[in-house]
Amino acid sequence: MMDVGRHPNIELLDYSEVVKVQGYVGNFDVQVRRKPRYIHTDLCTGCGLCAEACVLHGGKGKLLVPSEFDEGMGKRAAAYIPFAQAVPLKATIDPNSCLWLVKGKCSKKCEEVCGTGAIDFEMEETYVDFKVGSIIVATGFQMWDPLKLPDYGYGKSPNIITGLEFERLSNAGGPTEGEILTAEGIKPEKVAIIHCVGSRDERAHSYCSRFCCMYSLKQAHQIKEKTNAEVYSIYMDMRTFGKDYEEFYRRNREEGIQFIQGRPSQVTVDPETGKLFVEVEDILLNQVLELDVDMVVLATAIEPPKNADEIASKFGLGRTPDGWFAEAHPKLRPVETATAGVFLAGCAQGPRDVPDTVAHAGAAASEVVRLFNQGEVTISPTIAEVNPEKCVGCGECILSCPYTAIKRNADDKAEVNPALCQGCGTCVAACLSGAITALHFTDEEIVAQIDGLLQLPT
Amino acid sequence: MSEPFEPKVIAFLCNWCSYAGADNAGISRIPSPANILPIRVMCSGRVSPEMILRAFRSGADGVLVLGCHIGDCHYIDGNHRTVKRIPLLRNLLGYVGINPNRLYLDWVSSAEAPKFAKVTNEFVNTLRELGPISEEIKIGVGV
Repeated sequence: MMDVGRHPNIELLDYSEVVKVQGYVGNFDVQVRRKPRYIHTDLCTGCGLCAEACVLHGGKGKLLVPSEFDEGMGKRAAAYIPFAQAVPLKATIDPNSCLWLVKGKCSKKCEEVCGTGAIDFEMEETYVDFKVGSIIVATGFQMWDPLKLPDYGYGKSPNIITGLEFERLSNAGGPTEGEILTAEGIKPEKVAIIHCVGSRDERAHSYCSRFCCMYSLKQAHQIKEKTNAEVYSIYMDMRTFGKDYEEFYRRNREEGIQFIQGRPSQVTVDPETGKLFVEVEDILLNQVLELDVDMVVLATAIEPPKNADEIASKFGLGRTPDGWFAEAHPKLRPVETATAGVFLAGCAQGPRDVPDTVAHAGAAASEVVRLFNQGEVTISPTIAEVNPEKCVGCGECILSCPYTAIKRNADDKAEVNPALCQGCGTCVAACLSGAITALHFTDEEIVAQIDGLLQLPT
Repeated sequence: MSEPFEPKVIAFLCNWCSYAGADNAGISRIPSPANILPIRVMCSGRVSPEMILRAFRSGADGVLVLGCHIGDCHYIDGNHRTVKRIPLLRNLLGYVGINPNRLYLDWVSSAEAPKFAKVTNEFVNTLRELGPISEEIKIGVGV
């Protein structure tokens, strides 16, 4: 990401959102909304003085707004730098918590301390239009909300945390500076890690989120190393699918982590002591266990981002039944989409771990380079064609086209963009005046086939 | 004694799922009835009501439309059109004296060779019971 920020040929539009996309492969018109960050990034040096001066800082290191980066476990001020490695490394002002922006009342100390005058509360959102030849959609995923399945007890105790929250705990730059501590601030003696929370579960997501097994193994190893606690890893199937992954699993076993195959029925909290109880049937021992632990880590599922519908309609993407964006072919065209010139990278297409994401993104970038090097695109001859003499301009075909390949032209007639048309013929069947022909699948050809076939002797 | 009635069925198969499914059935040596007369279209959404009516007019005893499963359409949502269109046409068939059961829509993916055999066998059996379309239009079975 740092390299992206520094590269002379890459223009990074941070804190922005694509509003609309028009056109076709090689000729996309994109409009982007740039949200106001109330700080001029060209003037900001990323010194962080504004964050310290912010009234919401509260003094004595007490910051008042929950930090998104720390999963709400740490705090930040209203003026802040999202995290230490943020790209670009510039401050931003959160319009939902900044007193001046919410209430119009604040001493605006941040403005006083800023040496370069980068802070500008009058900043408004702007729109940028530009032309691009191709688009890579890498919108990623979001974590599934474990509150949706109450059996795991998430929210009932601060010591039942998600894998991502654990990552913040274990991170040297996190709220505990890397120490694995319970909410009471002590080292846990027993920790349970539960796999497949919301994944491979008909009540939530039936798919496997793919990378949780490996990060759960890593977390088990970290707990063992940092706290020497008893670690129970409760799994359904151990999916160590990559190179050297099985070896890491074996290392975990040798370190004395207890692996229990089974799906926990419930996690309960003792109302008096706050102790956690995990009830699980060990299917290898054929025995129901009740484990008392100090901390429970849930390896929660990942799911498509909540605005995936909106993204899909902007870029003309299909979705697979589980909600991820559809690739053109699951095996042979894994980065292309149904819309020529639009490619997918990473978890936008489906759950994958870091090495697979890097490979997938590399493939998407190569597809773009290949397209640009050729300088021209090959299209299938089976596309639709409008006869303007017959077209009455009703617009039925425009509604039926899955690719928005049909537009109304200056004469109020339908016109097919051959670069966008994929030749499905849906518009032909929808056309009320018989004005559209699907080349190589014309009405005459199909009628001739019907008549010919029916003349065959049975 | 005359020969038993064998219906003629025009089957519109989409290029990506059902045509490949039919091919798969053949490669896998799964028998499907010879009554099926396949016509390849790029998408089940291409099958217009006129085409189906034309097939009946030319003497087809039944028309089968097979496409990709909903959500799996190669053309994003072409089959959403089909799923709306066919039930409507089935309702209208009754008014012209054609038993609506002579038109059938189902989904067969390229991997579902056994399903292709099952759907085609069942449809042909239904048509065997219904008898030739020429008799039906003559006596006018309405709904």
